[in-house]
Amino acid sequence: MAQAMSGRGKLAAHLARHSTGIIASVLFVAPIVWTVLSAFKPAQEARLPPLPPWPTSGFSLENYATLNSFGDGLWVSAQNSIYVSVMTVILSVIVSVLAGYGFSRFRFPLKDLFFVLILSTIMIPFQSILTPIFLVLTKLGLHNTLTGLVGVYVTLQLPFSIFMMRNAFDAVPREIEEAARMDGAGNATMLIKVMLPLVWPGVVTIALFAFLGAWNEFLAALVLMTDQSKFTLPVMMTALQSGRFGAIDWGAVQAGVTVMMVPCLILFLALQRFYIRGLMAGAVK
Amino acid sequence: MTAITTTTAPPRVRKLVGAGRRQWIGLLYVAPAVALVMLFFVIPLGMTAWMSLHNWPLMGEHSFIGLGNYWAILRDTRFWNALRFTGYYTLVVTIAIFAVAFPLAIFIERPRPFTNLYRTMFFMPAVVGFASASLLWSWLLNVDSGLFSPAAYDLGLIDRKFNLLATFQPAFWSIIAMVVWKVAGFTMIILMTGLQSIPQDLQEAAVIDGAGPFARFRAITLPLMRRTLALALILSVAGSILAFDQFYIILRGGPRNQTLTAVYWIFNQSFVSFKLGYGAALSMVLLVILVALSLVQLWLLRKPEGLD
Repeated sequence: MAQAMSGRGKLAAHLARHSTGIIASVLFVAPIVWTVLSAFKPAQEARLPPLPPWPTSGFSLENYATLNSFGDGLWVSAQNSIYVSVMTVILSVIVSVLAGYGFSRFRFPLKDLFFVLILSTIMIPFQSILTPIFLVLTKLGLHNTLTGLVGVYVTLQLPFSIFMMRNAFDAVPREIEEAARMDGAGNATMLIKVMLPLVWPGVVTIALFAFLGAWNEFLAALVLMTDQSKFTLPVMMTALQSGRFGAIDWGAVQAGVTVMMVPCLILFLALQRFYIRGLMAGAVK
Repeated sequence: MTAITTTTAPPRVRKLVGAGRRQWIGLLYVAPAVALVMLFFVIPLGMTAWMSLHNWPLMGEHSFIGLGNYWAILRDTRFWNALRFTGYYTLVVTIAIFAVAFPLAIFIERPRPFTNLYRTMFFMPAVVGFASASLLWSWLLNVDSGLFSPAAYDLGLIDRKFNLLATFQPAFWSIIAMVVWKVAGFTMIILMTGLQSIPQDLQEAAVIDGAGPFARFRAITLPLMRRTLALALILSVAGSILAFDQFYIILRGGPRNQTLTAVYWIFNQSFVSFKLGYGAALSMVLLVILVALSLVQLWLLRKPEGLD
């Protein structure tokens, strides 16, 4: 009798646990799924409330086509976003790997000062120094250029990614380097051939954070990119949603939001453990 | 880059002879990072302080006015209103995020069937950008083409469509809902790392001693999670004080300018009115507030004595 009770109690606990889990999951995922599905409605239907979320009068890519006809078009902004994000990934990885290696393996004057300087920028909100950044970019002839925006984004990534990479290099045993040096490896060979394969997971983590940071950033892009042909996706979509191109086309907004979300979600699902690792590294320290 | 390729000096010998010089090479490795931080952080920071002492229009000459901008800030009631609203928003949203994230963290803490799947689901909105999330919710909240108001109407909960974004209270709570949806998964992971660091046998010993779940939570979980809690708190507070995207995209600071945040006000002064000097002075005020918070953070995150 008692055993039957505990069996039933266990079942009830399981049921309670999984129904909670499922309901919470649905709440978190529903807005995303709702948008992705609604974006496939024909324009007429997309204007109506999304009940049900899936297209009822046939599957259509009309919203994406409409989106491409606003201003300079979806494709131009998407290209800008891709360019800015990919360049931010490449440059922040190069700069952070070099700096992480330097801070981990060498003793040189001002080392501690530089390290503290780089890390302390995390305390300063870039929102409060946007105006001078704008002026600095103008001085450099980089205002209203995607290159300038990349420079700003790379700098924003540095405190986190240099900290990550320094720790990654610190974790590599010195003996490995000694052995490689005996075999005649120079600094550059050492870094690329010997060290890089060992700190690879850290590189993936910082690359992922750099991509998400650059792809999703809004305020700096809004302030620094004044020319419509230079708009990144968030800026272009906000212009569209504010009615800058005439009446707001909610179908186009759904399509645009889908384009903005999907790369982040795919990267996260594919590289989840690297993302969580990055968060944990930040949280534990 | 060229510097690195030329550093392949003769090996072995320099291990003894060139040890000092080899160490200097480190400076070259960190140089690009230091240069970027100088260019896009240190110099702009100095300029912000400098500009804040000037009347600095976008076009034309700027003139030194000493502390004039700061005196103007003291009388700028709209800035203080924005700051007060930012504080209120920060308080409410932080409580709301924790109220959702803490139970979720406890829910996914121990590895059990499907836990990883649930964790992934809860976390998905956190990787979507604030701008995307805001655009998405501005649609869901729209009175005619959105989801909430029409759905409530169709279900017969309200007798005519209600514009959630037209008055302060519903608009404010809509933003809170959206931010909790977007951020709770992130805070959950941070809190989870704290929970997982608590030794299991400590909990078991307390159970044997007859401590109930609430007592255990208060006497074991909370004290041992102090540093994690502090970190999650600081991330949430700092993020909320700098809030801009959601208020700009969903509400444009409305209704009736009631949801202008501090960053939004600085943005308006600097890039809509082009009062760059005044915007810089406002930035300095915000900066001081955040640096003060960072110092509190360092104090909260200090290693507890004896423990850890």
